[in-house]
Amino acid sequence: MIYLQMFWSFFQIGLFSFGGGYAALPLIEHQVIDINKWLNLAEFADLLTISQMTPGPIALNAATFVGTKVAGLPGAIIATAGCVTPSCIIILILARLYYQYKNLSTIQGALKGLRPAVVSLIASAGISILSLAIFKTEGATINSFSINDINFISIILIAISLFLLRKFNANPMYVMLGTGVIGIFVYSIM
Amino acid sequence: MKKDFKFYKTLFLSTFSLSAFTVGGGYVIVPLMRKRFVEELKWIDEDEMLNLIAISQSAPGPIAVNASIIVGYRLAGVLGFLVSILGTILPPLIIITVISKFYDVFKTNKIVSTLLLGMRAGIAAVIIDVIINMVGKIVKSKNKVSIAIMIISFIAAVIFNINAALIIIICGIFGSSYYIFKLHKN
Repeated sequence: MIYLQMFWSFFQIGLFSFGGGYAALPLIEHQVIDINKWLNLAEFADLLTISQMTPGPIALNAATFVGTKVAGLPGAIIATAGCVTPSCIIILILARLYYQYKNLSTIQGALKGLRPAVVSLIASAGISILSLAIFKTEGATINSFSINDINFISIILIAISLFLLRKFNANPMYVMLGTGVIGIFVYSIM
Repeated sequence: MKKDFKFYKTLFLSTFSLSAFTVGGGYVIVPLMRKRFVEELKWIDEDEMLNLIAISQSAPGPIAVNASIIVGYRLAGVLGFLVSILGTILPPLIIITVISKFYDVFKTNKIVSTLLLGMRAGIAAVIIDVIINMVGKIVKSKNKVSIAIMIISFIAAVIFNINAALIIIICGIFGSSYYIFKLHKN
């Protein structure tokens, strides 16, 4: 019964979170704290901290975190499955439509209009990721920051990484792991 | 490309490592996915990849999950989609299961926090690299309409904070009306 309830809760979180990332946050809070009382507020804050530090979409992190706490590993698996089921259904339908009608001129035109917008959306997200990396203080942005907020080590690491990526076509995974390992040494000394 | 065991292994390992190493949500994983499947493996071309990303952004659910579903489906149908979604959901499942058991130790560990702090710089650099490639391609195409759409939607997203799904829908409608208008004129 608890499995069914958890599947259904995370199904709704997957279904109604538009726009990705933190758009899912209020939905998770509503389902997990208000309706089902699976977590209290402090545990929810812990969940957010973990999500910020670890890879993976926040909704999936929440599914595993809540699932494990309520019903162990099977709970984690069922909550995760519930969370991705709406995506699977909707995306497969859209994909079929896309491949069936992609040669229609209206669809062609729509796709031509979309592509530059997608590039912009990625670029705008890039700006927030960049400001997360170059500012030490939480909340400092490109628009408002003081010199003390700037993390110069990070800027140097970004410059070196960018040079390696563009000049030598370095593997992105190695670049990320490399800056992580350098971070352990440099930030521990400072 | 041949749909043999090696193909599925590469697909699984690609989505698994993308999901395991990208801290920071869907917008981080999408450019990296493009780099992997378009530039490194050359399984999908640039235009089609951008179409697939647009579809995954206009549907509900985590973008990383949506993008891996549609890329897997495009490459190898239902089996491809099952392999790529498994690769995407396993890393958070494993990592969060382990961390929730050792959370107190993890929270205060200096090595973990400095590692993550350092990785932020690497992730930022990778994303800048990808953005330079993508913007460069559109600028080089010298297509004035595309360049205008790119600039306007960038302003809409960054300065006016307009929802991504809305921007995509509006640009899609604009694109198809523009195309029909041009067709009628000729």
